Amino acid sequence: MSPRIAKALVHGLLIGAVLVAVFPLLWMLSVSFMHPGEAGSLPPPLLPSHPTWNNYQALFVRAGVGRYLFNSLAISTAITVLSLAFNLMAGYAFAKLRFAGRERLFRGLLGMLVIPAQVAMLPLFLTLKYMGLVNSYAAVVLPAAATAFGIFLVRQYARGIPDELLEAARIDGASEWRIFGQIVLPLLKPIMVTLAIFTFLTAWNDFMWPLIALTGQEHYTLPLGLASLAREHAQDSELMMAGSVVTVIPVLALFLAMQRYYIEGLLLGSVKG
Amino acid sequence: MKRPSAAWWFLAPAMLVLGVFFLLPVVAALALSLTDYDLYALADIRHLRFVALHNYWDLLHQPAFWSALGHTLTFVVVGVPLSIMVSLGMALLLNSPLVRCKSFFRTALFAPVVTTVVAVAVVWRYILNTKYGWLNYVLGLVGIHPVDWLGDPHWAMPSIILFAVWKNFGYNMIILLAGLQAIPADLYEAARIDGASAPQQFRHITLPMLGPTLLMVAILTVSGYFQLFAEPYVMTEGGPLQSTTSVLYLMYNEGFKWWNFGMASAVAFLLFVIMFAVTALMLRLGRRGATA
Repeated sequence: MSPRIAKALVHGLLIGAVLVAVFPLLWMLSVSFMHPGEAGSLPPPLLPSHPTWNNYQALFVRAGVGRYLFNSLAISTAITVLSLAFNLMAGYAFAKLRFAGRERLFRGLLGMLVIPAQVAMLPLFLTLKYMGLVNSYAAVVLPAAATAFGIFLVRQYARGIPDELLEAARIDGASEWRIFGQIVLPLLKPIMVTLAIFTFLTAWNDFMWPLIALTGQEHYTLPLGLASLAREHAQDSELMMAGSVVTVIPVLALFLAMQRYYIEGLLLGSVKG
Repeated sequence: MKRPSAAWWFLAPAMLVLGVFFLLPVVAALALSLTDYDLYALADIRHLRFVALHNYWDLLHQPAFWSALGHTLTFVVVGVPLSIMVSLGMALLLNSPLVRCKSFFRTALFAPVVTTVVAVAVVWRYILNTKYGWLNYVLGLVGIHPVDWLGDPHWAMPSIILFAVWKNFGYNMIILLAGLQAIPADLYEAARIDGASAPQQFRHITLPMLGPTLLMVAILTVSGYFQLFAEPYVMTEGGPLQSTTSVLYLMYNEGFKWWNFGMASAVAFLLFVIMFAVTALMLRLGRRGATA
């Protein structure tokens, strides 16, 4: 095969794959600007004949999607901030501070990685019910406020901090909190960014636990709101597409802006052990 | 502040969260699965009875459990190899020195991974629509009769697998691409000098060198695919005729629709045991493959 044909073939295959990967997303965007019923014609239309904002208006005015958007933002941000703080502290302690039983505790932590989260869901629901927390933001935020995986990532990264740096600060009389805040945190910035994006995206996209923990629509996140809309308005494809756009665009934009860090986290995270 | 105590202050918040909201519930789930915790017990805890392994025994005699397990296993056995093959194919294409605009292709192919399952499942529901969907329209152009993708019990599961592969292949693609890039170029150089063809190079250099990465990708994908839930919840609600009810869907229904928490916990634990066994088996086979 001549190099030119090979090159054309490789690019042809890749362009085909990109079309398949991106077409549903572009079509979703396009249909969200169509008039009611327009998407249900044959052949399926690619572009809206008269683009309209009506679906988005209906979504926010009638379907209360603004509320879901706010909930998603609030819950994902809270989870990101809390888990970042907790995971950074714990990861640093596992990497750099000495205490009795450190290795054993860490091995236990790694063991938790193989347990699927769904096993804990039923008792967790009951516990939260007795605490009166079902159907509150706390029910979604608290269980996600620390993760074995996040601690593991931070620990791997923090092991690279030279001990001399910390010892020198201790000799100068700095307290442990000060060392953490002024020396360690700035050094951990790259992993902080990576972990923050990862956590935010995961929290935003989560479905099963919020579905269980949030029983009233006023606390619904976007995926929950969308799923319940899909059950009520199965025929309104244009409205549903607009809902999907609102749900997907924020995370897609975040990913596109912070790609480098996200991919880095993906690779760090996949090299377990 | 002395150092040992400082360490515990740093650990305390995370350990508290993991202990209270993960570890304790997992242990409690095991205990719960040995009771008949149901709606009555939820109302008044005194109705709770210890039933030992009765829930497990019951489940193993329920056709509903076996069919849910069957669907989940289908999803794993068909979806995982398909997903890894597509990922590997794309990674190989992207790794080709001939490709221009690599980062564009990589980003575009990865895009489905970061989207929200529920939102894109809604989109796919319309693409798979019997009458107005794109898929049937395109197939119609080449003379294939319309298929009721989500409404026909035979096609609902394959449709969901198709959707899942579309959604997830980019994740493995990135990891495999990194694995491919770590293979030293002089290995290929040497093989070329020895006159090895491209397929031979793939078989004798790429695959063995990529082995550990492939194993890890396979384990991650298998455990992900065992947790099938949101896709059927949104696209088919477990139907038609229960044909897409997965094990987790069964757990959700038992627990949060019928409030049989004891039974639902037993379902969750059986899934855990199966996942654990499959992962251990894969690790073992992988290790044996590495020494052979």
